[in-house]
Amino acid sequence: MRLLQPIQWIGRGAAAIAAGAGRTAAFAGSVARAATEVRTWLPEFAKQARRIGVDSLPIALFIALFTGIVLALQSSYAFTGAVPLYFVGTLVGKTIILELGPVLTGLVLAGRVGANIAAEIGTMRVTEQVDALEMLAYDPLAYLAVPRVTAGLVTFPIVVAFAIGIGVVAGWATSIGLLDLSSHEFVRGLRMFYRPFDLHYALIKSASFGVVVTGVGCLFGYGTSGGAEGVGRATTRAVVVACMTILVLDAFWAMVLL
Amino acid sequence: MIRLDGLQKAFGDLRVLEGFSLEVETGETVAVIGRSGVGKSVLLKHVAGLMQPDGGEVWVGEDRVDGASRTEVNRVRLEMGYVFQFAALFDSMTVSQNVGLALRRHGVPEDEIPGRTRASLERVGLGGWEDRYPAELSGGMRKRAGVARAVAPRPRYLLYDEPTSGLDPVTTSMIDELVVALKEDLKATSIVVTHDLRSAGRVADRIALLREGRVAWMGTPAEIRETDDPAVRAFVEGRRDLWPGD
Repeated sequence: MRLLQPIQWIGRGAAAIAAGAGRTAAFAGSVARAATEVRTWLPEFAKQARRIGVDSLPIALFIALFTGIVLALQSSYAFTGAVPLYFVGTLVGKTIILELGPVLTGLVLAGRVGANIAAEIGTMRVTEQVDALEMLAYDPLAYLAVPRVTAGLVTFPIVVAFAIGIGVVAGWATSIGLLDLSSHEFVRGLRMFYRPFDLHYALIKSASFGVVVTGVGCLFGYGTSGGAEGVGRATTRAVVVACMTILVLDAFWAMVLL
Repeated sequence: MIRLDGLQKAFGDLRVLEGFSLEVETGETVAVIGRSGVGKSVLLKHVAGLMQPDGGEVWVGEDRVDGASRTEVNRVRLEMGYVFQFAALFDSMTVSQNVGLALRRHGVPEDEIPGRTRASLERVGLGGWEDRYPAELSGGMRKRAGVARAVAPRPRYLLYDEPTSGLDPVTTSMIDELVVALKEDLKATSIVVTHDLRSAGRVADRIALLREGRVAWMGTPAEIRETDDPAVRAFVEGRRDLWPGD
């Protein structure tokens, strides 16, 4: 019997994963159907875009600022003597645009936005506010999930674009202020391997992260049960799952688009 | 008329409703009483289409609610007001926005909404509290705001889930008077779920005792005082030793 135990664990794990995937697919289908109720979600969109996008700018820019500074300093440290220093501009630009801008911003917003959405909708669920929406003949997904997911889809790329800008400017300022590098040299390095596709790639990734963070927050918030403890559990799961999905998606886009 | 016919509902191994049947005539108010956790709120959620039964039928007027499409259920819900146990006010909105949302959803013209919102809130004694958020109100005020939201569109059917639980006797009496006044004014068909027997006696035309998933006893408020049914006596007198099976 003991020999069979690992097989049972694997079986149970696979069944749980399949059930979770099924629930997620059903939820995504319901949200997509609810998106046709434009008159319900459109009035909520602007409010959610402000909360998810505009209100996230300070933390996203703060992180981008210090990422740019550290990248410039660490790349100059790594290049010393072996690689021309103007490659600091190349490394700062490429790294921030392709990877750190979208991924770091996505991970931070998974905590800020994903947790907020899961907690808010979870609280509405356990206090019967979702039922109250149904009693007013609203589709709760059209009212709660669709405006948040569309706001994530639209605003994440904008936030990431600002973060990339600040990160590169911080790298440039650090290079000319603290390193033996002129502004001209930094920009030369920055432009050397830059391709417009880099920015498109970053924005596509960011949009997908926006959908994941907001969608996962809605999924776990909507499925909340069990009072305050349930809300806490849903919030934690939403953040963990969103972070993991962002990293998986990051690898996926690298394989598909690069 | 609201008709529940042989309703069955189980959560895993826990069987909550086992052949529950009840008919509420047009304009009538029936109070469903029973011990905590017996399935009173579950019953109400079936009437509103918020839960699907495992068996049996739910009829609201000419419409069958169980198994109906979302569009069909929504049509019934727009004729229904639901007073939730903990009010379920939208906490991101002010009290007047809560009531206004319900009116807007029921197709009330935009220029009439402020006046009707004010009138609804004054009726429940919340005049002057329009711009407060639910978090700024007491439990009793929240319940009254929940009643205002439910009745503002003048529904044909009213469902009250424990409208007086956790309230002081004076506020309880105030809510009861409100339920009776609304009944006379709206002529609505109502179900009041409660474990407050005194409150049930004040607001209901008939009282049904829910026990072991079905109606164990039914009668008028006058009859409930006279009956020898042990479960009802246990409930009326608050005596656990009389409760069958305990």
